[in-house]
Amino acid sequence: MAWRVVVDMDLCESNAVCMAILPEVFEVRDDDLLYVLDETPSDSMRDKVEQAVARCPKQAISIAER
Amino acid sequence: MRRIVVVGASLAGWNAATTLRREGFDGTLTMIGGEPERPYDRPPLSKAYLATGDEAKVALHGVATSDELAIEWRLGSDATGLDVAGRTVRLADGGEVPFDGLIIATGAQARTLDSVPAGPGVHLLRTLADARALRADLDRRPGPVAVIGAGFIGAEVAATCRQAGREVAIVEAAPVPLTRSVGAEVGEVCAALHRDHGVDVRLGTAVARHDAEAGVLELTDGSTLSASVVVVGVGVTPCTGWLEGSGLTLGDGVLCDATGLAAPGIVAAGDVARWPNRLYDGEVMRVEHWDNAIDMGSFVARRLLAGEAWDPAAVFEPVPWFWSDQYDRKLQMAGRAAGADCTVVVGGTFEERRVVVLYGRAGRLIGAFGMNRPRQIVQSRGLIARRCSWDEALTVAADWT
Repeated sequence: MAWRVVVDMDLCESNAVCMAILPEVFEVRDDDLLYVLDETPSDSMRDKVEQAVARCPKQAISIAER
Repeated sequence: MRRIVVVGASLAGWNAATTLRREGFDGTLTMIGGEPERPYDRPPLSKAYLATGDEAKVALHGVATSDELAIEWRLGSDATGLDVAGRTVRLADGGEVPFDGLIIATGAQARTLDSVPAGPGVHLLRTLADARALRADLDRRPGPVAVIGAGFIGAEVAATCRQAGREVAIVEAAPVPLTRSVGAEVGEVCAALHRDHGVDVRLGTAVARHDAEAGVLELTDGSTLSASVVVVGVGVTPCTGWLEGSGLTLGDGVLCDATGLAAPGIVAAGDVARWPNRLYDGEVMRVEHWDNAIDMGSFVARRLLAGEAWDPAAVFEPVPWFWSDQYDRKLQMAGRAAGADCTVVVGGTFEERRVVVLYGRAGRLIGAFGMNRPRQIVQSRGLIARRCSWDEALTVAADWT
């Protein structure tokens, strides 16, 4: 099933934990804002995205199935 | 292994439980917790929850839909004893829960101060119940708030109250706060951050007496403070009382090996666990951070399931990491400041309250502190994890203006 990465930017506080887990998808830039580089990463990255979901201190990341 | 018991319906316990199921454990899984609630998220208690009273802020990912995990909940009753040989946990309500595998995740409890006895307007902040009581009292009692202890919880409470327009004072016994966590230089800036926002920061003095009736704190330096609400934030003690006499090695936590094993079939995780972290040359540490509860909870769950098949070379050697949000600043620390033989500002300045500080020991990078520098702290964390030399760290950080 297709899925995509969703970040609630109202919750995100740029702790950058997700970036440590999966820099191919999450990047906190020098403006201290989070950029999602790839909203539809390959299934091989699913585990890491789930880790990022669990490890986000603000619970700002989720996975939307569609 | 057919029956696993998790003692502590905590963040560490929760992550251990979910990991067990994810790894395919399909036996009986029991979670014991002294609080009436299922696991919840504590960091918002001193920030978003305290500011808004919205309990949705403390919901922990996955707990609401946890029925599919088939967890047997034993909530509202503390564990009071452990029989290692008999493989049972005793509960305060008289119950006994048998296990084949045990995960100890009882966390820690807030310390109290003899000079500020429990009473009207006096609060600790550790649990949701504590936070509810504090919030209700802040509503009920207008007037100045005094925070005793300039640790991270105290600092966050101070910031939240100040931002709500309260008059706030912080009383800290040490001449500089947070020296063990972030070193003296950064500790000074953490105190200054509160002064920037008009908090009355009193360092190097303690509470001699609290006159609750009058709402006055008498300090050991002879000065006084008026406070309608007093919040005591002077650290925590690991919850190991129930393990006294069990035969496990106790002493500021439950002592584990480098894989989180406390005894055969018994592991510990989170605030209650002490273990030698090989990344820091085997220094035995107890880490009270949110992130460690998640990481170690998951790690020891896998360790427990593997039993004797575990590769002893696979040790738990994380880079400790925490954050603290105060006012519009995000403070983050990766690694350790304790024992540093050099501390260098590599990006930004203390004055602009946007800064990266690196800590080194014996030619190696051991820690990094950032104020509003999350990107660099993530990078530093990676460097520390791979045992980066001090010189290389400085080279990498040369771009961090």
